[in-house]
Amino acid sequence: MPAVMDDRIVILGAGQAGARLAEALRDGGHTGPVTLVGAEAHPPYERPQLSKEMLLDPGASLTPIKPVAGWGMAGIRLLTGMAATGVDAASRSVTLADGQVLRWDRLVFATGTRPRRLPLLEAGPVPVLYLRTVEDALDLRRRLRPGLRLAVLGGGVIGLEVAAAAMKQGCSVDLVEAAPRLLSRAVPPLVAGRLSARHALAGVGLHVGRQAVGMADGGVILDDGRVLPADLVLIGIGVEPCIDLALPLGIADADGIRVDAQGRTAQPGIFAIGDVASQWSRWHGRWSRVETWANAQNQALATAASLLGRDQPHADAPWFWSDQYDLTLQACGDATTGEMVVRGDPQGAFATIHLVDGHINGATSINAPGDMAALRRLVTARAAIAADQLADPGFHLRRAVAALPKS
Amino acid sequence: MAEPSRLVSGGSADTLPPGELRRVCSEPPVTIYNVDGAFYATDDWCSHDKASLAEGWLEGHTIECPWHMAKFCVRTGKALTAPARVDIRTFPVRVENGELFVDLGAAA
Ligand SMILES: Cc1cc2nc3c(=O)[nH]c(=O)nc-3n(C[C@H](O)[C@H](O)[C@H](O)COP(=O)(O)OP(=O)(O)OC[C@H]3O[C@@H](n4cnc5c(N)ncnc54)[C@H](O)[C@@H]3O)c2cc1C
Ligand code: FES
Repeated sequence: MPAVMDDRIVILGAGQAGARLAEALRDGGHTGPVTLVGAEAHPPYERPQLSKEMLLDPGASLTPIKPVAGWGMAGIRLLTGMAATGVDAASRSVTLADGQVLRWDRLVFATGTRPRRLPLLEAGPVPVLYLRTVEDALDLRRRLRPGLRLAVLGGGVIGLEVAAAAMKQGCSVDLVEAAPRLLSRAVPPLVAGRLSARHALAGVGLHVGRQAVGMADGGVILDDGRVLPADLVLIGIGVEPCIDLALPLGIADADGIRVDAQGRTAQPGIFAIGDVASQWSRWHGRWSRVETWANAQNQALATAASLLGRDQPHADAPWFWSDQYDLTLQACGDATTGEMVVRGDPQGAFATIHLVDGHINGATSINAPGDMAALRRLVTARAAIAADQLADPGFHLRRAVAALPKS
Repeated sequence: MAEPSRLVSGGSADTLPPGELRRVCSEPPVTIYNVDGAFYATDDWCSHDKASLAEGWLEGHTIECPWHMAKFCVRTGKALTAPARVDIRTFPVRVENGELFVDLGAAA
């Protein structure tokens, strides 16, 4: 199908998903021009390092996916520091910030998300930061000095990783979470409790079921009237999709750009991948964005296949990991509903497995990557395995995967 | 000049059936794989970060890291997928009287 292989493909957003898609197009034999348009000043990089290595190690520098020259060598035209400002579907063109117009046969949105902001707090006397880009990470790292009083708003993955890094740098940390527990949308109470205990042991002040309502001189005002003393505030309360250019095309709503398992939007020739894409989750029974490293990689690969005219639908269960102190958390599928089975020692290394109507619909693990390697596959297959077997450490998860019917 | 051979025991061959893998706590640690009756050994540490490949997923001749799912060929040590960019080393394995031996001195 030569008409497909020499198409002009323009990718908006040079983050992880855009970069992996561009690489995969070339690896898959695409011969037409591939242009990767990125608003950031850097070649594509992966974000997990921003809240881990970059904060934990004051000397760590940014690791890009490949150096600038590598993109040219791979036959990919990379534009950095260049935002796209408009898309016209009728003429199949994109306008860039410098007025340049790019024509495309196929267009891919990989614009990601931006932090949800709290303007009310930004106006106050205490500096407020968010964490999404390498500049954000370097700014935060510069300020994390021994004795600094940091208030973290949001008990999600980013807030918790920042809290752990700040404790390591000798700061004193308070963390405020509006829900009654940490990571309430991603993990069961047992796992949230283990993480809370670890943060408390490190000396983090945890304030769950509380919200910041304003800023006072020298601190953050909580909804119970207390003032948390703080020299710096880090806000990690979630993100919103970058859909400015997609909205006028009629392919997006406030939750993102809806795509099928091949990355196709409602407009022929237009695709979306990564954090900005809203996908149907068989595990949650709803549309949602999958804001994870694994999705940015694997959904990009599936969409590259679809652009190359091959059918290789993205079918993996959502999965993420997070490193905090000596704990590595992983979660897969929907680990907040159904009947929970505990495998291993909840004070040590363990996994939780979540059964809905007898099928494995979600799982988490703490320091048990071996179990998770198998559980990811069992969740993706929604395998039916009895609770008492799953709880038995002698029951071999790996062999249970081997016994799955081949799809 | 070739390194002198440095053999470590990898335990009994019988208890490592096809499709399974085992970590050997040597220096450096290695993982032994049984692929359809043939034994292979590689570095246990993933070249991407810090995960133990023995906890990973073996499918055919490919080992998938349990951490970020990079894939390596257990025969050649080649890094097959992102995020790994650096190959891992392979080591010869032989079976003597039902016991597995890995030659750490003969890394390739
Ligand atoms: C601090 C941090 C830590 C994380 N840690 C983990 C983790 O441990 N595990 C995990 O699974 N996930 C983690 N994630 C999530 C993961 O990094 C994201 O899911 C992933 O980056 C999504 O990739 P993406 O390409 O969709 O978006 P991004 O990587 O955000 O890339 C989107 C790019 O598009 C650009 N862009 C937007 N609009 C335009 C435009 N109009 N023109 C040109 N360019 C544009 C943006 O500038 C950006 O560079 C973390 C995220 C952050 C922020
Ligand atoms: S540690 Fe193996 S892929 Fe990251």
